[in-house]
Amino acid sequence: MERQNLFRYVLSFGDDALINGQRLSQWAYKAPFLEEDIALSNIALDIFGRANLFLDYAASLKENGSTADDLAFKRNEREFTNNLLCEQPNGNFADTMVRQFFLDVFNKLLFEELIVSKDSQLSAISQKSIKETNYHLRHSSNWIIRLGDGTQESHKKVQLAINNLWMFTDELFEMNNNATEMKKQKIGVDCQTLKPEWDKIVNDIFLIATIHKPINEHMATGGRQGIHTEHLGHLLSDMQYLQRAYPDAIW
Amino acid sequence: MLHWPMKKNMKKKTKMSKNKLSVWEVFIQPKIGVPFQHAGNIHATDKEMALQNARDLYTRRQEGTCIWVVKSDDIVSSNSDDNESFFDPADDKVYRYPTFFKISKKVKGI
Repeated sequence: MERQNLFRYVLSFGDDALINGQRLSQWAYKAPFLEEDIALSNIALDIFGRANLFLDYAASLKENGSTADDLAFKRNEREFTNNLLCEQPNGNFADTMVRQFFLDVFNKLLFEELIVSKDSQLSAISQKSIKETNYHLRHSSNWIIRLGDGTQESHKKVQLAINNLWMFTDELFEMNNNATEMKKQKIGVDCQTLKPEWDKIVNDIFLIATIHKPINEHMATGGRQGIHTEHLGHLLSDMQYLQRAYPDAIW
Repeated sequence: MLHWPMKKNMKKKTKMSKNKLSVWEVFIQPKIGVPFQHAGNIHATDKEMALQNARDLYTRRQEGTCIWVVKSDDIVSSNSDDNESFFDPADDKVYRYPTFFKISKKVKGI
């Protein structure tokens, strides 16, 4: 039972990374200019690397010989437990940067806490991830400032992106029973305690970027329970195509 | 026939002004203490973007310990028309080569 709890906990971070990485990789060869194309691909690769570490660990906890690939390519939409924000479409460049910025701030705070996890594997993955995440945040927050404090057009687009994605930000800090149990065992992080610091970092950047913080009454949730937006199914059909069409194909 | 080169030029101009990305030269220091080397160039709108783009393009495989970026426009280059007066006067002064001196084995970085 305990192993099952840990499995679900590790899997949720693996799913976050995998889906976020897949989304970012969809920019490859389509970014606004060559340098940014490479930057986004670099970041996507960092995040895929993190997904691999989490999913490898999760698969080992199943003790039935399953692998990270099994978890990535052979689960259905309802079995994915990523936060909804990760699966939101790339939209325009501002939409992608806002999504990444929100996630980067959250991940930075999460991994800083997860480093002290009693679980040595989670601690080690966090230690590696925090360095990468600090760079990702530098990249995304600079873009938020550049776009927000840029031209009228870029300001309009980034503000709209923020308004649209704001409804997915509360879910990041939710604690379900499993996460609470993990926190109790000093393996996990109490995400609710990360919210004030997240708000502070986001507000500071908004201020410099001349962006207004949106007020949303409705906040979306459900990702951790496998209840997703309509976008995840399409993402998976693309990502899992090869393993679905040619099961166990290797190269 | 006269139209063609003009049209091509105009097209180029519009594209440039639309992008508004300036070119920056990238210099990488491979190890602490050794001279920076020119790695190539990148596009960027500002200093921070130039630094990040340089990092992403030129240090993916642990090539460096420090990065310099400088706007290409800010680099003063000699003109190839001046090559004769600039460089030819050195061609009969072999005594300026350091090969006449023995380098101590203790000297590093040469």
